[in-house]
Amino acid sequence: MKINKEKISGTIFLLIALSALSVLALITVFIFIKGVPIIAKVGFFDFVFGMVWDPGNGAFGIFPMIFGSVTVTLGAAVLGVPIAICCSIFLAEFAPAVLSNIVRPAIQLLAAIPSVVYGFWGLLFVVPAIRNHLGGPGLSILAGSIILAIMILPTIISIAEVSLLSLPRHYKEGAYALGLTQWQTIRSVLLPAAKSGIVAAIILGIGRAIGETMAVIMVLGNAVAIPQSILDPARTLTTNIGIEMGYASGDHQQALFATGIVLLVIVMILNAFAQYVTRRK
Amino acid sequence: MLSVLMLRFNGKNMKSANGACMPKRQICSAVSVLILLFSVSLLSACGGINEAGLIVAGSTSVQPYAEVLSEEYMILHPDVLIDIQGGGSSAGIMAAQTGTSELGMSSRVLKDEEKSLWYVEIARDGLAVIINPENPIQNLTLDQIRQIYSAEITDWSQLGGTNTKIHTITREDGSGTRDAFVSLVMGESSITPRAIVQDSNGAVRQLVADDENAIGFISLGLVDDKVKALQLDGVAATRENVLNGSYNLSRPFLFVALSEPTGETKQFVDFILSAEGQKILMNEGLISPLEGTGT
Repeated sequence: MKINKEKISGTIFLLIALSALSVLALITVFIFIKGVPIIAKVGFFDFVFGMVWDPGNGAFGIFPMIFGSVTVTLGAAVLGVPIAICCSIFLAEFAPAVLSNIVRPAIQLLAAIPSVVYGFWGLLFVVPAIRNHLGGPGLSILAGSIILAIMILPTIISIAEVSLLSLPRHYKEGAYALGLTQWQTIRSVLLPAAKSGIVAAIILGIGRAIGETMAVIMVLGNAVAIPQSILDPARTLTTNIGIEMGYASGDHQQALFATGIVLLVIVMILNAFAQYVTRRK
Repeated sequence: MLSVLMLRFNGKNMKSANGACMPKRQICSAVSVLILLFSVSLLSACGGINEAGLIVAGSTSVQPYAEVLSEEYMILHPDVLIDIQGGGSSAGIMAAQTGTSELGMSSRVLKDEEKSLWYVEIARDGLAVIINPENPIQNLTLDQIRQIYSAEITDWSQLGGTNTKIHTITREDGSGTRDAFVSLVMGESSITPRAIVQDSNGAVRQLVADDENAIGFISLGLVDDKVKALQLDGVAATRENVLNGSYNLSRPFLFVALSEPTGETKQFVDFILSAEGQKILMNEGLISPLEGTGT
Protein backbone atom coordinates (compact mmCIF):
# COMPACT_ATOMS: atom_id res chain seq x y z
CA MET A 1 0.00 0.00 0.00
CA LYS A 2 2.77 2.38 0.95
CA ILE A 3 4.77 1.65 -2.20
CA ASN A 4 1.61 2.24 -4.19
CA LYS A 5 1.15 5.63 -2.55
CA GLU A 6 4.76 6.60 -3.30
CA LYS A 7 4.38 5.53 -6.88
CA ILE A 8 1.18 7.48 -7.43
CA SER A 9 2.51 10.71 -5.96
CA GLY A 10 5.65 10.28 -8.02
CA THR A 11 3.60 9.84 -11.17
CA ILE A 12 1.46 12.87 -10.40
CA PHE A 13 4.49 15.07 -9.95
CA LEU A 14 6.01 13.68 -13.12
CA LEU A 15 2.81 14.54 -14.97
CA ILE A 16 2.81 18.09 -13.66
CA ALA A 17 6.50 18.51 -14.49
CA LEU A 18 5.85 17.15 -17.98
CA SER A 19 2.97 19.57 -18.52
CA ALA A 20 5.36 22.46 -17.86
CA LEU A 21 7.83 20.93 -20.27
CA SER A 22 5.10 20.30 -22.85
CA VAL A 23 4.23 23.99 -22.84
CA LEU A 24 7.84 24.75 -23.76
CA ALA A 25 7.72 22.12 -26.49
CA LEU A 26 4.38 23.44 -27.76
CA ILE A 27 5.63 27.00 -27.98
CA THR A 28 8.85 26.00 -29.71
CA VAL A 29 7.09 23.77 -32.24
CA PHE A 30 4.44 26.43 -32.87
CA ILE A 31 6.98 29.19 -33.46
CA PHE A 32 8.96 26.99 -35.83
CA ILE A 33 5.87 25.88 -37.78
CA LYS A 34 4.80 29.50 -38.17
CA GLY A 35 8.21 30.96 -38.89
CA VAL A 36 10.13 28.45 -40.98
CA PRO A 37 8.07 28.87 -44.21
CA ILE A 38 8.99 32.53 -44.59
CA ILE A 39 12.68 31.84 -43.90
CA ALA A 40 12.53 29.18 -46.61
CA LYS A 41 10.77 31.59 -48.95
CA VAL A 42 13.09 34.55 -48.40
CA GLY A 43 16.21 32.43 -48.00
CA PHE A 44 18.13 32.05 -44.74
CA PHE A 45 20.95 34.46 -45.61
CA ASP A 46 18.65 37.10 -47.09
CA PHE A 47 16.51 36.90 -43.95
CA VAL A 48 19.26 37.04 -41.34
CA PHE A 49 21.63 39.37 -43.21
CA GLY A 50 19.08 41.37 -45.24
CA MET A 51 19.37 45.09 -44.58
CA VAL A 52 15.84 46.19 -45.56
CA TRP A 53 12.75 45.49 -43.46
CA ASP A 54 9.68 46.62 -45.37
CA PRO A 55 6.96 43.99 -44.92
CA GLY A 56 4.46 46.03 -46.96
CA ASN A 57 6.70 45.61 -50.01
CA GLY A 58 7.88 42.09 -49.30
CA ALA A 59 11.33 42.93 -47.92
CA PHE A 60 12.16 40.86 -44.84
CA GLY A 61 15.75 41.48 -43.72
CA ILE A 62 16.32 41.45 -39.96
CA PHE A 63 20.01 42.34 -39.80
CA PRO A 64 19.33 45.89 -38.49
CA MET A 65 17.38 44.31 -35.62
CA ILE A 66 20.12 41.78 -34.84
CA PHE A 67 22.59 44.66 -34.87
CA GLY A 68 20.25 46.66 -32.61
CA SER A 69 19.85 43.80 -30.12
CA VAL A 70 23.60 43.25 -29.96
CA THR A 71 24.52 46.93 -29.51
CA VAL A 72 21.85 47.68 -26.91
CA THR A 73 22.75 44.57 -24.96
CA LEU A 74 26.47 45.32 -25.15
CA GLY A 75 25.75 48.86 -23.98
CA ALA A 76 23.75 47.50 -21.05
CA ALA A 77 26.59 45.12 -20.18
CA VAL A 78 29.22 47.88 -20.35
CA LEU A 79 27.16 50.09 -18.03
CA GLY A 80 25.66 47.44 -15.78
CA VAL A 81 28.27 44.72 -15.29
CA PRO A 82 30.93 46.79 -13.44
CA ILE A 83 28.30 48.21 -11.09
CA ALA A 84 26.80 44.78 -10.50
CA ILE A 85 30.14 43.07 -9.83
CA CYS A 86 31.26 45.79 -7.42
CA CYS A 87 27.91 45.61 -5.68
CA SER A 88 28.13 41.83 -5.27
CA ILE A 89 31.71 42.09 -3.91
CA PHE A 90 30.53 44.74 -1.45
CA LEU A 91 27.60 42.60 -0.32
CA ALA A 92 29.66 39.42 -0.01
CA GLU A 93 32.84 40.81 1.55
CA PHE A 94 32.59 44.35 2.87
CA ALA A 95 29.02 45.10 3.97
CA PRO A 96 28.22 44.79 7.67
CA ALA A 97 25.22 42.55 8.33
CA VAL A 98 22.93 45.51 9.07
CA LEU A 99 23.70 47.18 5.77
CA SER A 100 23.56 44.07 3.59
CA ASN A 101 20.19 43.22 5.13
CA ILE A 102 18.91 46.51 3.71
CA VAL A 103 20.76 46.53 0.40
CA ARG A 104 20.05 42.90 -0.59
CA PRO A 105 16.22 43.07 -0.41
CA ALA A 106 16.33 46.49 -2.05
CA ILE A 107 18.20 45.04 -5.04
CA GLN A 108 15.81 42.11 -5.21
CA LEU A 109 12.99 44.62 -5.27
CA LEU A 110 14.51 46.02 -8.48
CA ALA A 111 13.69 42.70 -10.13
CA ALA A 112 10.07 42.98 -9.00
CA ILE A 113 9.41 46.28 -10.75
CA PRO A 114 7.39 45.60 -13.93
CA SER A 115 9.32 46.36 -17.10
CA VAL A 116 6.64 48.76 -18.34
CA VAL A 117 7.39 50.91 -15.28
CA TYR A 118 11.08 51.00 -16.21
CA GLY A 119 10.09 51.98 -19.73
CA PHE A 120 7.78 54.72 -18.53
CA TRP A 121 10.40 56.07 -16.16
CA GLY A 122 12.94 55.99 -18.99
CA LEU A 123 10.56 57.84 -21.31
CA LEU A 124 9.87 60.55 -18.74
CA PHE A 125 13.38 61.07 -17.33
CA VAL A 126 16.16 59.37 -19.30
CA VAL A 127 14.93 60.23 -22.81
CA PRO A 128 14.40 63.99 -22.18
CA ALA A 129 17.73 64.16 -20.33
CA ILE A 130 19.55 62.70 -23.33
CA ARG A 131 17.61 64.90 -25.76
CA ASN A 132 18.37 68.09 -23.83
CA HIS A 133 21.98 67.44 -22.85
CA LEU A 134 23.43 65.22 -25.57
CA GLY A 135 21.18 66.01 -28.55
CA GLY A 136 19.33 63.75 -30.97
CA PRO A 137 15.76 62.61 -30.51
CA GLY A 138 16.46 61.14 -27.06
CA LEU A 139 14.92 57.81 -28.00
CA SER A 140 18.21 56.05 -28.57
CA ILE A 141 20.54 53.12 -28.00
CA LEU A 142 21.96 54.99 -25.02
CA ALA A 143 18.52 55.31 -23.38
CA GLY A 144 17.82 51.61 -24.00
CA SER A 145 21.21 50.61 -22.62
CA ILE A 146 20.75 52.67 -19.45
CA ILE A 147 17.32 51.16 -18.75
CA LEU A 148 18.51 47.62 -19.48
CA ALA A 149 21.64 48.11 -17.38
CA ILE A 150 19.41 48.84 -14.38
CA MET A 151 17.13 45.92 -15.19
CA ILE A 152 19.94 43.35 -15.33
CA LEU A 153 21.50 44.48 -12.01
CA PRO A 154 19.48 42.17 -9.73
CA THR A 155 20.16 39.08 -11.88
CA ILE A 156 23.92 39.62 -12.00
CA ILE A 157 24.29 40.82 -8.40
CA SER A 158 22.44 37.94 -6.77
CA ILE A 159 24.12 35.19 -8.81
CA ALA A 160 27.60 36.72 -8.47
CA GLU A 161 27.11 37.24 -4.74
CA VAL A 162 26.01 33.64 -4.22
CA SER A 163 29.03 32.37 -6.12
CA LEU A 164 31.35 34.51 -3.95
CA LEU A 165 29.66 33.40 -0.71
CA SER A 166 29.72 29.72 -1.65
CA LEU A 167 33.52 29.63 -1.90
CA PRO A 168 35.13 27.35 0.76
CA ARG A 169 36.07 29.22 3.94
CA HIS A 170 39.68 28.05 3.83
CA TYR A 171 40.38 30.06 0.65
CA LYS A 172 39.93 33.26 2.55
CA GLU A 173 41.52 31.97 5.77
CA GLY A 174 44.57 30.72 3.87
CA ALA A 175 44.98 34.06 2.13
CA TYR A 176 44.76 35.95 5.41
CA ALA A 177 47.25 33.51 7.02
CA LEU A 178 49.69 34.37 4.23
CA GLY A 179 49.36 38.01 5.19
CA LEU A 180 47.24 39.25 2.27
CA THR A 181 45.09 42.30 2.88
CA GLN A 182 41.33 42.10 2.37
CA TRP A 183 41.49 43.68 -1.09
CA GLN A 184 44.40 41.46 -2.15
CA THR A 185 42.40 38.44 -1.00
CA ILE A 186 39.38 39.48 -3.02
CA ARG A 187 41.37 40.37 -6.13
CA SER A 188 43.79 37.47 -6.32
CA VAL A 189 41.95 34.64 -4.52
CA LEU A 190 38.18 35.07 -4.31
CA LEU A 191 37.43 36.64 -7.71
CA PRO A 192 39.47 34.10 -9.71
CA ALA A 193 37.93 31.25 -7.72
CA ALA A 194 34.39 32.53 -8.31
CA LYS A 195 35.10 33.35 -11.96
CA SER A 196 32.81 30.73 -13.50
CA GLY A 197 29.88 31.80 -11.33
CA ILE A 198 30.43 35.46 -12.15
CA VAL A 199 30.72 34.77 -15.88
CA ALA A 200 27.50 32.76 -15.72
CA ALA A 201 25.85 35.67 -13.88
CA ILE A 202 26.90 38.07 -16.63
CA ILE A 203 25.68 35.76 -19.39
CA LEU A 204 22.30 35.29 -17.69
CA GLY A 205 22.08 39.06 -17.28
CA ILE A 206 22.79 39.49 -20.99
CA GLY A 207 20.13 36.88 -21.77
CA ARG A 208 17.69 38.91 -19.71
CA ALA A 209 18.65 42.09 -21.55
CA ILE A 210 18.34 40.59 -25.03
CA GLY A 211 14.88 39.22 -24.26
CA GLU A 212 13.46 42.38 -22.70
CA THR A 213 10.71 43.98 -24.80
CA MET A 214 8.32 46.40 -23.19
CA ALA A 215 10.78 48.83 -21.61
CA VAL A 216 12.89 48.83 -24.76
CA ILE A 217 9.94 49.56 -27.08
CA MET A 218 9.26 52.70 -25.09
CA VAL A 219 12.76 54.21 -25.09
CA LEU A 220 14.56 52.86 -28.16
CA GLY A 221 12.73 54.66 -30.99
CA ASN A 222 12.36 51.44 -33.04
CA ALA A 223 13.81 52.79 -36.30
CA VAL A 224 14.67 49.98 -38.73
CA ALA A 225 18.05 51.27 -39.87
CA ILE A 226 21.54 50.48 -38.62
CA PRO A 227 22.28 53.29 -36.14
CA GLN A 228 25.28 55.54 -36.75
CA SER A 229 25.81 56.63 -33.15
CA ILE A 230 24.59 55.67 -29.71
CA LEU A 231 22.24 58.68 -29.87
CA ASP A 232 20.38 57.21 -32.85
CA PRO A 233 17.19 55.19 -32.49
CA ALA A 234 17.38 51.45 -33.18
CA ARG A 235 15.18 48.36 -33.12
CA THR A 236 15.82 45.04 -31.41
CA LEU A 237 14.49 41.59 -32.34
CA THR A 238 12.03 41.64 -29.46
CA THR A 239 10.65 45.08 -30.21
CA ASN A 240 10.24 44.15 -33.87
CA ILE A 241 7.75 41.50 -32.77
CA GLY A 242 6.22 43.62 -30.06
CA ILE A 243 5.57 46.69 -32.15
CA GLU A 244 4.27 45.05 -35.32
CA MET A 245 2.25 42.09 -34.10
CA GLY A 246 -0.97 44.10 -33.84
CA TYR A 247 -2.19 43.93 -37.42
CA ALA A 248 0.43 41.74 -39.08
CA SER A 249 -1.00 39.00 -41.29
CA GLY A 250 0.23 36.52 -43.88
CA ASP A 251 3.94 36.73 -44.73
CA HIS A 252 4.41 39.65 -42.35
CA GLN A 253 3.10 37.62 -39.40
CA GLN A 254 5.26 34.65 -40.38
CA ALA A 255 8.29 36.94 -40.56
CA LEU A 256 7.62 38.06 -36.98
CA PHE A 257 7.53 34.43 -35.88
CA ALA A 258 10.77 33.89 -37.78
CA THR A 259 12.24 36.83 -35.84
CA GLY A 260 11.16 34.90 -32.75
CA ILE A 261 13.06 31.82 -33.98
CA VAL A 262 16.28 33.83 -34.33
CA LEU A 263 15.75 35.30 -30.85
CA LEU A 264 14.99 31.87 -29.36
CA VAL A 265 18.17 30.42 -30.86
CA ILE A 266 20.29 33.31 -29.53
CA VAL A 267 18.86 33.00 -26.00
CA MET A 268 19.25 29.20 -26.06
CA ILE A 269 22.91 29.54 -27.07
CA LEU A 270 23.48 32.08 -24.26
CA ASN A 271 21.80 29.86 -21.65
CA ALA A 272 23.66 26.77 -22.81
CA PHE A 273 26.90 28.72 -22.60
CA ALA A 274 26.05 29.85 -19.04
CA GLN A 275 25.39 26.22 -18.04
CA TYR A 276 28.63 25.10 -19.66
CA VAL A 277 30.62 27.75 -17.81
CA THR A 278 29.15 26.90 -14.39
CA ARG A 279 29.66 23.17 -14.82
CA ARG A 280 33.24 23.45 -16.07
CA LYS A 281 34.97 24.26 -12.73
CA MET B 1 -14.65 21.44 -30.43
CA LEU B 2 -13.02 22.66 -27.26
CA SER B 3 -15.63 21.05 -24.99
CA VAL B 4 -15.18 17.65 -26.63
CA LEU B 5 -11.47 17.77 -25.93
CA MET B 6 -12.14 18.87 -22.38
CA LEU B 7 -14.51 15.96 -21.81
CA ARG B 8 -12.02 13.49 -23.16
CA PHE B 9 -9.30 14.75 -20.89
CA ASN B 10 -11.67 14.84 -17.95
CA GLY B 11 -12.60 11.21 -18.52
CA LYS B 12 -9.00 10.13 -18.77
CA ASN B 13 -8.02 11.73 -15.52
CA MET B 14 -11.16 10.74 -13.63
CA LYS B 15 -10.05 7.12 -14.00
CA SER B 16 -6.78 7.70 -12.20
CA ALA B 17 -8.60 9.69 -9.55
CA ASN B 18 -11.01 6.83 -8.97
CA GLY B 19 -8.13 4.39 -8.70
CA ALA B 20 -6.51 6.49 -6.02
CA CYS B 21 -9.71 6.78 -3.98
CA MET B 22 -8.30 9.31 -1.51
CA PRO B 23 -9.25 12.97 -1.16
CA LYS B 24 -5.65 14.22 -1.11
CA ARG B 25 -4.83 12.47 -4.33
CA GLN B 26 -8.04 13.69 -5.81
CA ILE B 27 -6.90 17.21 -5.14
CA CYS B 28 -3.56 16.39 -6.72
CA SER B 29 -5.15 14.90 -9.79
CA ALA B 30 -7.61 17.77 -9.95
CA VAL B 31 -4.61 20.09 -10.11
CA SER B 32 -3.01 18.05 -12.87
CA VAL B 33 -6.32 17.98 -14.76
CA LEU B 34 -6.45 21.76 -14.49
CA ILE B 35 -2.93 22.09 -15.82
CA LEU B 36 -3.66 19.70 -18.68
CA LEU B 37 -6.87 21.55 -19.46
CA PHE B 38 -4.94 24.78 -19.49
CA SER B 39 -2.46 23.48 -22.05
CA VAL B 40 -5.26 21.91 -24.09
CA SER B 41 -7.24 25.13 -24.13
CA LEU B 42 -4.09 26.95 -25.20
CA LEU B 43 -3.82 24.53 -28.11
CA SER B 44 -7.41 24.79 -29.19
CA ALA B 45 -7.46 28.57 -28.81
CA CYS B 46 -4.96 28.66 -31.66
CA GLY B 47 -7.14 26.71 -34.07
CA GLY B 48 -10.59 27.81 -32.98
CA ILE B 49 -13.04 28.15 -35.86
CA ASN B 50 -15.79 30.65 -35.35
CA GLU B 51 -18.98 29.82 -37.19
CA ALA B 52 -20.16 33.39 -37.54
CA GLY B 53 -23.57 34.47 -38.69
CA LEU B 54 -22.29 37.63 -40.28
CA ILE B 55 -18.86 37.94 -41.87
CA VAL B 56 -17.33 41.37 -42.41
CA ALA B 57 -13.96 41.35 -44.16
CA GLY B 58 -11.56 43.83 -45.68
CA SER B 59 -9.40 46.85 -44.85
CA THR B 60 -7.21 46.48 -41.80
CA SER B 61 -7.62 50.23 -41.26
CA VAL B 62 -11.37 49.85 -40.79
CA GLN B 63 -11.00 46.57 -38.90
CA PRO B 64 -10.35 47.96 -35.39
CA TYR B 65 -13.33 50.32 -35.68
CA ALA B 66 -15.55 47.55 -37.05
CA GLU B 67 -14.47 45.40 -34.11
CA VAL B 68 -15.52 48.06 -31.61
CA LEU B 69 -18.85 48.49 -33.42
CA SER B 70 -19.51 44.75 -33.58
CA GLU B 71 -18.73 44.33 -29.89
CA GLU B 72 -21.25 47.06 -29.03
CA TYR B 73 -23.78 45.56 -31.43
CA MET B 74 -23.38 42.06 -30.03
CA ILE B 75 -23.98 43.39 -26.51
CA LEU B 76 -27.29 44.84 -27.73
CA HIS B 77 -28.11 41.72 -29.80
CA PRO B 78 -26.59 38.75 -27.95
CA ASP B 79 -28.00 36.24 -30.47
CA VAL B 80 -26.03 37.69 -33.39
CA LEU B 81 -22.47 36.65 -34.16
CA ILE B 82 -20.34 39.01 -36.21
CA ASP B 83 -16.92 37.94 -37.41
CA ILE B 84 -14.58 40.76 -38.43
CA GLN B 85 -11.69 39.72 -40.67
CA GLY B 86 -8.78 41.63 -42.20
CA GLY B 87 -7.24 41.09 -45.60
CA GLY B 88 -7.13 44.59 -47.10
CA SER B 89 -9.56 46.80 -48.98
CA SER B 90 -9.32 44.98 -52.32
CA ALA B 91 -9.79 41.60 -50.69
CA GLY B 92 -12.80 42.97 -48.81
CA ILE B 93 -14.43 44.30 -51.96
CA MET B 94 -13.70 41.01 -53.70
CA ALA B 95 -15.23 39.08 -50.79
CA ALA B 96 -18.39 41.19 -51.02
CA GLN B 97 -18.54 40.64 -54.80
CA THR B 98 -18.21 36.87 -54.56
CA GLY B 99 -20.47 36.64 -51.52
CA THR B 100 -17.84 35.04 -49.25
CA SER B 101 -18.60 37.81 -46.79
CA GLU B 102 -21.85 39.68 -46.25
CA LEU B 103 -20.04 43.01 -45.99
CA GLY B 104 -16.72 44.22 -47.29
CA MET B 105 -14.70 47.02 -45.68
CA SER B 106 -12.77 49.47 -47.83
CA SER B 107 -10.58 52.40 -46.85
CA ARG B 108 -10.21 53.61 -50.43
CA VAL B 109 -12.61 55.05 -52.98
CA LEU B 110 -14.21 52.40 -55.19
CA LYS B 111 -12.86 52.02 -58.73
CA ASP B 112 -15.27 52.55 -61.62
CA GLU B 113 -15.80 48.83 -62.23
CA GLU B 114 -16.61 48.40 -58.53
CA LYS B 115 -19.20 51.18 -58.46
CA SER B 116 -21.98 48.73 -59.36
CA LEU B 117 -21.76 47.36 -55.82
CA TRP B 118 -23.88 48.76 -53.03
CA TYR B 119 -21.77 50.88 -50.68
CA VAL B 120 -22.10 53.32 -47.83
CA GLU B 121 -19.59 55.66 -46.21
CA ILE B 122 -19.62 54.97 -42.49
CA ALA B 123 -17.10 57.69 -41.61
CA ARG B 124 -14.04 59.58 -42.83
CA ASP B 125 -10.54 59.20 -41.48
CA GLY B 126 -8.52 62.41 -41.44
CA LEU B 127 -4.78 62.64 -40.93
CA ALA B 128 -3.04 65.55 -39.27
CA VAL B 129 0.68 66.17 -39.69
CA ILE B 130 1.77 67.49 -36.31
CA ILE B 131 4.79 69.37 -34.95
CA ASN B 132 5.73 70.87 -31.61
CA PRO B 133 3.97 74.19 -30.82
CA GLU B 134 7.45 75.79 -30.34
CA ASN B 135 8.28 75.11 -33.99
CA PRO B 136 7.76 78.34 -36.03
CA ILE B 137 6.60 76.49 -39.16
CA GLN B 138 2.85 76.72 -39.85
CA ASN B 139 2.37 75.40 -43.34
CA LEU B 140 3.95 72.73 -45.55
CA THR B 141 3.09 71.43 -48.99
CA LEU B 142 2.29 67.78 -49.61
CA ASP B 143 5.57 67.57 -51.53
CA GLN B 144 7.60 68.91 -48.60
CA ILE B 145 6.03 66.40 -46.22
CA ARG B 146 6.86 63.60 -48.66
CA GLN B 147 10.46 64.82 -48.88
CA ILE B 148 10.77 64.94 -45.08
CA TYR B 149 9.51 61.39 -44.76
CA SER B 150 11.71 60.08 -47.57
CA ALA B 151 14.71 61.82 -45.92
CA GLU B 152 15.38 64.18 -48.85
CA ILE B 153 14.83 67.05 -46.40
CA THR B 154 16.52 66.37 -43.07
CA ASP B 155 16.92 69.81 -41.51
CA TRP B 156 14.30 72.33 -40.43
CA SER B 157 16.39 75.15 -41.95
CA GLN B 158 15.62 73.72 -45.42
CA LEU B 159 11.99 74.61 -44.71
CA GLY B 160 12.65 78.03 -43.20
CA GLY B 161 12.82 76.85 -39.63
CA THR B 162 15.62 76.63 -37.06
CA ASN B 163 18.95 75.07 -37.90
CA THR B 164 18.29 71.63 -36.37
CA LYS B 165 17.80 68.09 -37.57
CA ILE B 166 14.26 66.90 -38.16
CA HIS B 167 13.20 63.98 -35.95
CA THR B 168 10.80 62.08 -38.18
CA ILE B 169 8.27 59.91 -36.38
CA THR B 170 6.17 57.28 -38.12
CA ARG B 171 3.86 54.40 -37.21
CA GLU B 172 4.65 50.68 -37.33
CA ASP B 173 4.20 48.55 -40.43
CA GLY B 174 0.66 47.21 -40.65
CA SER B 175 -0.84 50.25 -38.93
CA GLY B 176 -3.86 51.67 -40.75
CA THR B 177 -2.72 55.23 -40.03
CA ARG B 178 0.62 54.47 -41.65
CA ASP B 179 -1.14 52.89 -44.66
CA ALA B 180 -3.26 56.01 -45.03
CA PHE B 181 -0.22 58.27 -44.80
CA VAL B 182 1.72 56.23 -47.35
CA SER B 183 -1.13 56.15 -49.85
CA LEU B 184 -2.09 59.82 -49.42
CA VAL B 185 1.36 61.39 -49.14
CA MET B 186 4.23 59.16 -50.14
CA GLY B 187 3.29 58.25 -53.71
CA GLU B 188 6.14 56.21 -55.17
CA SER B 189 8.62 57.01 -52.36
CA SER B 190 8.84 55.03 -49.16
CA ILE B 191 9.27 56.16 -45.56
CA THR B 192 12.94 56.33 -44.52
CA PRO B 193 14.05 53.46 -42.27
CA ARG B 194 15.77 56.07 -40.06
CA ALA B 195 12.37 57.35 -38.91
CA ILE B 196 11.46 56.69 -35.29
CA VAL B 197 8.62 54.17 -35.03
CA GLN B 198 5.90 54.39 -32.38
CA ASP B 199 3.02 51.98 -32.08
CA SER B 200 0.10 54.26 -31.28
CA ASN B 201 -1.37 57.66 -32.13
CA GLY B 202 -0.96 58.61 -28.48
CA ALA B 203 2.75 57.77 -28.39
CA VAL B 204 3.42 59.82 -31.54
CA ARG B 205 1.51 62.77 -30.09
CA GLN B 206 3.36 62.58 -26.75
CA LEU B 207 6.73 62.46 -28.48
CA VAL B 208 5.93 65.45 -30.70
CA ALA B 209 4.66 67.35 -27.66
CA ASP B 210 8.00 66.71 -25.90
CA ASP B 211 10.42 67.25 -28.78
CA GLU B 212 10.74 70.64 -30.52
CA ASN B 213 12.30 69.07 -33.61
CA ALA B 214 9.84 66.24 -34.12
CA ILE B 215 7.26 65.76 -36.85
CA GLY B 216 4.60 63.05 -36.84
CA PHE B 217 1.16 62.16 -38.15
CA ILE B 218 -1.91 61.06 -36.21
CA SER B 219 -5.64 60.70 -36.68
CA LEU B 220 -7.18 64.15 -37.00
CA GLY B 221 -9.62 63.49 -34.16
CA LEU B 222 -6.76 63.03 -31.69
CA VAL B 223 -5.03 66.40 -32.17
CA ASP B 224 -4.96 68.42 -28.94
CA ASP B 225 -3.37 71.67 -27.79
CA LYS B 226 -0.04 70.05 -26.85
CA VAL B 227 0.80 69.71 -30.55
CA LYS B 228 0.31 71.87 -33.63
CA ALA B 229 -1.45 70.48 -36.70
CA LEU B 230 0.24 71.80 -39.85
CA GLN B 231 -1.70 73.52 -42.61
CA LEU B 232 -1.50 71.60 -45.84
CA ASP B 233 -0.98 73.85 -48.88
CA GLY B 234 -2.55 76.63 -46.81
CA VAL B 235 -5.62 74.65 -45.71
CA ALA B 236 -6.07 74.13 -41.97
CA ALA B 237 -6.47 70.56 -40.71
CA THR B 238 -10.00 70.76 -39.33
CA ARG B 239 -12.95 68.41 -39.42
CA GLU B 240 -14.93 71.01 -41.44
CA ASN B 241 -12.25 71.15 -44.13
CA VAL B 242 -12.20 67.36 -44.33
CA LEU B 243 -15.98 67.27 -44.76
CA ASN B 244 -16.05 70.02 -47.41
CA GLY B 245 -13.20 68.33 -49.26
CA SER B 246 -10.61 71.12 -49.15
CA TYR B 247 -8.22 69.27 -46.80
CA ASN B 248 -6.73 66.42 -48.79
CA LEU B 249 -5.32 64.11 -46.12
CA SER B 250 -8.46 62.09 -45.59
CA ARG B 251 -10.01 58.93 -46.91
CA PRO B 252 -13.46 57.35 -46.73
CA PHE B 253 -14.25 54.25 -44.74
CA LEU B 254 -16.76 52.28 -46.82
CA PHE B 255 -18.92 49.25 -46.22
CA VAL B 256 -19.55 47.36 -49.46
CA ALA B 257 -22.10 44.67 -50.32
CA LEU B 258 -23.20 42.79 -53.42
CA SER B 259 -26.68 44.28 -53.21
CA GLU B 260 -28.55 46.44 -50.74
CA PRO B 261 -28.37 44.56 -47.44
CA THR B 262 -31.42 43.00 -45.84
CA GLY B 263 -32.23 41.38 -42.50
CA GLU B 264 -29.39 40.96 -40.03
CA THR B 265 -26.85 42.73 -42.24
CA LYS B 266 -29.11 45.72 -42.73
CA GLN B 267 -29.68 46.01 -38.97
CA PHE B 268 -25.92 46.08 -38.35
CA VAL B 269 -25.37 48.73 -41.05
CA ASP B 270 -28.29 50.77 -39.68
CA PHE B 271 -26.74 50.57 -36.21
CA ILE B 272 -23.42 51.92 -37.53
CA LEU B 273 -25.17 54.80 -39.33
CA SER B 274 -27.36 55.60 -36.33
CA ALA B 275 -26.43 58.45 -33.99
CA GLU B 276 -25.21 55.88 -31.46
CA GLY B 277 -22.91 54.07 -33.89
CA GLN B 278 -21.55 57.33 -35.27
CA LYS B 279 -20.84 58.53 -31.74
CA ILE B 280 -18.71 55.43 -31.12
CA LEU B 281 -16.74 56.17 -34.30
CA MET B 282 -16.26 59.83 -33.35
CA ASN B 283 -15.02 58.80 -29.91
CA GLU B 284 -12.46 56.61 -31.67
CA GLY B 285 -11.22 59.64 -33.59
CA LEU B 286 -13.05 59.32 -36.92
CA ILE B 287 -15.00 62.07 -38.66
CA SER B 288 -18.72 61.42 -39.00
CA PRO B 289 -20.75 62.55 -42.04
CA LEU B 290 -23.41 63.46 -39.45
CA GLU B 291 -21.21 66.23 -38.01
CA GLY B 292 -22.01 68.68 -40.80
CA THR B 293 -25.75 68.25 -40.35
CA GLY B 294 -25.67 69.16 -36.68
CA THR B 295 -26.86 65.84 -35.25
